[in-house]
Amino acid sequence: MLRLDDVHAHYGMIHALRGVSLEVKKGQIVCLIGANGAGKSSTLMAVSGLLRPNAGRIVFEGDDLAEVPSHAIVERGISQVPEGRRIFSKLTVLENLEMGAYTRTGEDSIRQDLDWVFGLFPILAERRFQMGGTLSGGEQQMLAIGRALMARPRLLLMDEPSLGLAPKFVETIFEVIRQINTRGTAILLVEQNAHMALSIASRGYVMEAGRIVLEDDATSLMVNKDVQKAYLGG
Amino acid sequence: MPTPRLSITLIQRPFPRIVLTSLWFGLLSLPLMMELKAPFFGLERPLLVSAGVAMAGLMRLAVSQRGGPGAERVQRMVGSIGGAVRHLTEQIDRRVIYVVAVASAVVIPLSLNRYHIDILTQVGIYVTLALGLNIVVGLAGLLDLGYVAFYAVGAYTYGLLSTRVGLSFWEVLPLGALLAAIFGILLGIPVLRLRGDYLAIVTLGFGEMIRITLNNWDSVTRGPNGILGIARPRLLGFTFSSPIDYYYLILVIVLLTIFVVDRLNQSRIGRAWTAMRDDEVAAEAMGINLMKAKLLAFGLGATWAGLAGVFFAAKMTFISPESFTFFESVIILCMVVLGGMGSVLGVILGASMLVILPEMMRQFALYRMLIFGGAMVVMMVLRPQGLIASSRRGIALGPKDRQGSASAAVTSPQKMG
Repeated sequence: MLRLDDVHAHYGMIHALRGVSLEVKKGQIVCLIGANGAGKSSTLMAVSGLLRPNAGRIVFEGDDLAEVPSHAIVERGISQVPEGRRIFSKLTVLENLEMGAYTRTGEDSIRQDLDWVFGLFPILAERRFQMGGTLSGGEQQMLAIGRALMARPRLLLMDEPSLGLAPKFVETIFEVIRQINTRGTAILLVEQNAHMALSIASRGYVMEAGRIVLEDDATSLMVNKDVQKAYLGG
Repeated sequence: MPTPRLSITLIQRPFPRIVLTSLWFGLLSLPLMMELKAPFFGLERPLLVSAGVAMAGLMRLAVSQRGGPGAERVQRMVGSIGGAVRHLTEQIDRRVIYVVAVASAVVIPLSLNRYHIDILTQVGIYVTLALGLNIVVGLAGLLDLGYVAFYAVGAYTYGLLSTRVGLSFWEVLPLGALLAAIFGILLGIPVLRLRGDYLAIVTLGFGEMIRITLNNWDSVTRGPNGILGIARPRLLGFTFSSPIDYYYLILVIVLLTIFVVDRLNQSRIGRAWTAMRDDEVAAEAMGINLMKAKLLAFGLGATWAGLAGVFFAAKMTFISPESFTFFESVIILCMVVLGGMGSVLGVILGASMLVILPEMMRQFALYRMLIFGGAMVVMMVLRPQGLIASSRRGIALGPKDRQGSASAAVTSPQKMG
C-alpha cells in the first residue's frame, strides 16, 4: 500500500533522512521506533508531503507522491496525527473535526464518521462547542486523532500519540488505535513508547541517524536483544 | 521580586486593574457626556461613570477574595443571571433583532441634520472597508498594511470611467469591485510565501506604489490635482444629491457587505481561513490549498474596498491621491483590531467608534488625537481580543446533529481528564 524506496531528505543543511526504505501493507499496523532525532517524524513528514525528498521514491497505492502537492495527498487517503497535536486552538472542537473532513463531500457519511469519533472519544462530544485551545493535553491528543480520522483515511500516520500523556490516557489511546485498525485502516505509528507500540504492531522498523537499522515482525523485535537493551529498558 | 513588564504586572493586580478600567470607561463616556457650556464642562458625569465602574469592580473583588460559601453563592447567582440573559437573547429570534437594527438604520437618520448624516455615511464607508480588511487580517491572518490601495483602485476606476468614458455609477460599481479584486490577487501572488512582519512591509510598499503612481501619472490621473466633476449616481431619472440619498445608498452597500462577509465567515472557506491563521502546516495537512485560500482572501477582501472606493468617488465628485494615504490603511486596520478580529459585529462597532469618537472630540481641537491614541493604548492593553471577540461554533454539522444520534454522547456522564 505504501512503500518508501531509499528516501533522502534535508532540512537546509541537515541530512535528516539518509536512505529510508519501508513498507506498510493494507490493514497493517507498522511501528517506527528509535531515539530522538533519528528521523522518525521526518519520515512521516515526507509521506504527507510536508517535507520533500531529494532522492528516492514514495509510492502510495501504485502512485508516486513526489509531484502531488501536500494538500492533495489527503484526498488520496493519507491523513496525519501530527507531532505536538497541532490542533486549531481558535476553532471549536466540532470545527476542528470538520476541518479533518475538509476534502470530503457527502454530509451523511461525514456525519456518520463524526458519530463514530464521538463514540471513540465521548469527551469530545461533551466539549464540542469549546475552543480547541481550552482542552487538556490528553483531550487535544484525542482531538488530533479524531480530526485525522474525519478524513476517512486508508492510511493513518501517527506521530508520538502517547507523548506527554498520563499512563491512563496512553492505554486509552492505544486501545483506540487498535479499534481504528479493526476498521481496516492501515497505521504507520511513530512512538517512543516502544513496548506499547510493538505490542499492537504487526511489523516494526528501528531507525538510527536517518537510516533504518533493523526491521522485523513486531513479536521478533520484542525479544531482540539489541532492541530490548536500547528501547525496552532491559 | 522581579517585575517583568509594568503593563502586565499592573493588569494582573486587582487594584490597578480596577482603577484603569474605571478610567477607561470614564474616558469613553467623555465625548458623549461632556458639554463645554455646562459648569465644570459637565466633567462630573464621566467621573460618575468612572466611580460606578470602580464600585462594581471593587464589589466583585470583595466577593471573589472573601471566599467561603457566601461568595460562591453570589458568584453562582451572578453566573445564573448572565446565563438567563443569554438564554433570553437566544429565545428572541435573531431575525427580529436584525429587522429592528435595519429599521432603525433606515428611520433614525430622517430626524438628523446634514452633518450627522454625513458622519453616518462616513461610518458606512468605513464599515465596508473594515469588513473587507477583516477577511484578510481577521479571518485569514494576513497582515495587510496597504489595504487603502484597493480603495483607491475603486475610486479611480469610477473617477476615470465616469469623466473620460461616461460610464454610469451602476456600470462601474461591479467593475470597480472586480478590478480591486484583481489587484488584490496580483498583490497576493508575490507575497504567498511571506508571513507576519515581512508580509506587512510588502503590502505597505504596494499601497504606497499605488498612491505614488496616482500622484505622478499626470496624463491619466492628473496627479495631485485629482479628478474633478465625477458624475453623481442616477437611478430611474432620480439623481443622488443630498446627504440622505448617499446615506441610503451606502446603507444598501453595507447591508450587502455584512450579509456576504457573515456568510463567508461561517462557510467552509471561512473555517479554512481561521485554521490557516491558527497553524499553516496543520491546515495544509488537512488538505487546504494554502495558495488558493490566501489568494481568495486577498481578492475577496479587496472587492469591498473597490465598492467603497466607487461610492466614495461618487459621493465626493472629486478624488485625489491625498485621500488614500498610508494613514488610512492604519485607521482601517485599527478598526478591525479594536473591534475584534474576525467578529463581524465587533468590526462594525470598531469602525463606528473610530469615525464617531474623533468627530465628537472636535471640541478638544489639538488634543483629540492625543486622547484618541491614549484610549487605543489602554484599550489594547485591557482587552487585546477587541471590543467583541469573535466566537465560533461548528456550523455545518452543528445545529442539526443536536437532535441527531450524536446527542446521546453529549449527555454521557463519562469524564476523562
